[in-house]
Amino acid sequence: MSEPARFAPWEDPDAKPLIRFRGVTKRFGTFTAIDGIDLDIFESEFFALLGPSGCGKTTLMRILAGFEDPTEGSILLDGNDLAGAPPNKRSTNMMFQSYALFPHLSVFDNIAFGLRRDRLPAGEVRARTEEMMALVKLQDLTDRRPHQISGGQRQRVALARALAKAPRLLLLDEPLGALDKKLRRETQFELMDIQERTGTTFVIVTHDQEEAMTVATRVAVMDHGRIAQVADPTGIYEAPNSTYVADFIGDVNIMKGRATPADGTVSIEWAEGQPALRCATELRLEKGVTAFIAIRPEKVSISSRRPGNSPNAVAGRVLDIAYLGNVSTYHVEIAGGQVIKAQTANTDRVARQEFTWEENVWLYWSETAGIVLER
Amino acid sequence: MRRLLIVAIPYLWLLAFFLVPFVIVLKISLSDTALARPPYFPQLDLYAGWTGVRDFLSGLDLENFAFLATDALYWKAYLSSLRIAAVSTLIALLVGYPIAYAMARANQSWRPTLLMLVILPFWISFLIRVYSWMGILGQEGYLNQLLIGVGIISDPLTILNTNVAVYIGIVYTYLPFMVLPIYASLGRMDESLLEAAEDLGCSRFQAFRLVTLPLSRPGIIAGCFLVFIPAIGEFVIPSLLGGSGTLMIGKVLWEEFFSNRDWPVASAVAIVLLLILIVPIIIFQRNEQRRQEAES
Ligand SMILES: Nc1ncnc2c1ncn2[C@@H]1O[C@H](COP(=O)(O)OP(=O)(O)OP(=O)(O)O)[C@@H](O)[C@H]1O
Ligand SMILES: [Mg+2]
Repeated sequence: MSEPARFAPWEDPDAKPLIRFRGVTKRFGTFTAIDGIDLDIFESEFFALLGPSGCGKTTLMRILAGFEDPTEGSILLDGNDLAGAPPNKRSTNMMFQSYALFPHLSVFDNIAFGLRRDRLPAGEVRARTEEMMALVKLQDLTDRRPHQISGGQRQRVALARALAKAPRLLLLDEPLGALDKKLRRETQFELMDIQERTGTTFVIVTHDQEEAMTVATRVAVMDHGRIAQVADPTGIYEAPNSTYVADFIGDVNIMKGRATPADGTVSIEWAEGQPALRCATELRLEKGVTAFIAIRPEKVSISSRRPGNSPNAVAGRVLDIAYLGNVSTYHVEIAGGQVIKAQTANTDRVARQEFTWEENVWLYWSETAGIVLER
Repeated sequence: MRRLLIVAIPYLWLLAFFLVPFVIVLKISLSDTALARPPYFPQLDLYAGWTGVRDFLSGLDLENFAFLATDALYWKAYLSSLRIAAVSTLIALLVGYPIAYAMARANQSWRPTLLMLVILPFWISFLIRVYSWMGILGQEGYLNQLLIGVGIISDPLTILNTNVAVYIGIVYTYLPFMVLPIYASLGRMDESLLEAAEDLGCSRFQAFRLVTLPLSRPGIIAGCFLVFIPAIGEFVIPSLLGGSGTLMIGKVLWEEFFSNRDWPVASAVAIVLLLILIVPIIIFQRNEQRRQEAES
């Protein structure tokens, strides 16, 4: 059995993007909401936009949908400039953050709304609408009004309505924001399933980094109207390009110090009188520059005795223990007062907690556990 | 006890200010005119005891209602009132909807001011406002002066004392009642609905027709009834602005009461008017109820 080809058109220099942003900037008065974005999104991608509140995610979506015009730059869809095309002339559809279902129309009529605007024959509209209702499992709710169904059902109506016209590009602005965690999880998988079956290109906005990691083929982390990094979920998590991205995605320990490069590794002096930390890197750093090491808590081990031959070992004192069921996170204060998080998996139900508050412990990790960052 | 009081108060209100006057008017409408004070007969003589009540009841009849049916003046007046009210309502809708729409779409910081401007005329006496229209619409009025001054016309237009003046008066007076409920329903509308409609392929106009208009329908219905119902019985406006050709039931009623001193016929006119109004009032109440349900 051969491995299915990995879906990664962004690595193929000949691949033609479905959407191409070229230097897109959007200003509201003097405020720059989107700041010179260059970005390619490919056919059949599930592209996630991630970032703190106010960083411009919704604005970027609204530019794509045609509700806002970029102040500078252009957007190409299939190589054609979208400038001046109104929302009703674009082959994009949007699922709104608030769902924006028409309260005076039934579930069926909501989903059929876009199809009817295309003047399709009634039979075709009915068939396509029913197909969509089956896709999102809403067959039993045909005649209900939006206020007569649950939040999760409303969200699926909104999805079906946006999908019904088979858009080239589907924009989802925090589609799952209103759902509880369990329903959210289920819906994420449903979304991925639908995306795979329809082959539609999805761009999803989310606040929830876990959601982005779960559903997306690629994730873009935004910061003040700029894109800090675009990569696949593993790349974003394991190889962030800045402390901003590392800090935004998941939990991370960041240690700052002066770099001394060696062959393939770098040593970071992070505190007076402490041995330097060693970390593998491909970066070529000048001697003496400030650099950071970012290490995920699950890659930090904890022990009561000094580890024998670990390249990085730091002594500390347990400040706090967070028991999360599947894992425990130890907050350990090290020299200089910095708190480092170390995570252990709870693999045995009755094993007692190994360390307690105020206990002196050692933290250690390998050379390849962390990543060296310049900023 | 307190609950009982709370429930009882609206009913007491209804009893005192609607049912009692209604029964009095109904009684008068079943009586005959008399040159007396009060000018109708029979009077209820409670001192005569049971026979007094019996004499009183036997003196009541439906003669006045039969009379209304025979004289064409009355049903023509009713029909004409309905027509004038309906046309005024339509004009008020055509004028009021764009005003309400513009208000609802206006910048958030402007809305209270605009709302204020719509309500402002209520601070001046209704009678004075209608009188001032006489000054505007008359032969020598401001309107004619302006039009002649600008050179659009050379001879003054005759507007005052015609039905046109009545339409202007009614539309002007009741316009806020049209604007406010429509504004309320438009203001509640989520603007992302229009974006969703456009996103799904609507032009601006289609989005208005398919989303804005249906969603403002409860406001339109409420506004229409709030104009239509009082306009039917309107008396001051046709008296002051209308002419001899303006036939409205409110004016007829007034004349029966005060010129003819025929209280029984006037009362019968009022009772029939009330019966005519009951239908739209019930429809209006239904609409209001549904509107409130939709909101919650
Ligand atoms: N019409 C507008 N006029 C002025 N400023 C605007 C407008 N729309 C958005 N902004 C500003 O642009 C910035 C980005 O807004 P945007 O809605 O894109 O943020 P977001 O990333 O979607 O945030 P959230 O996660 O909270 O939804 C914000 O600071 C916002 O105040
Ligand atoms: Mg947003």
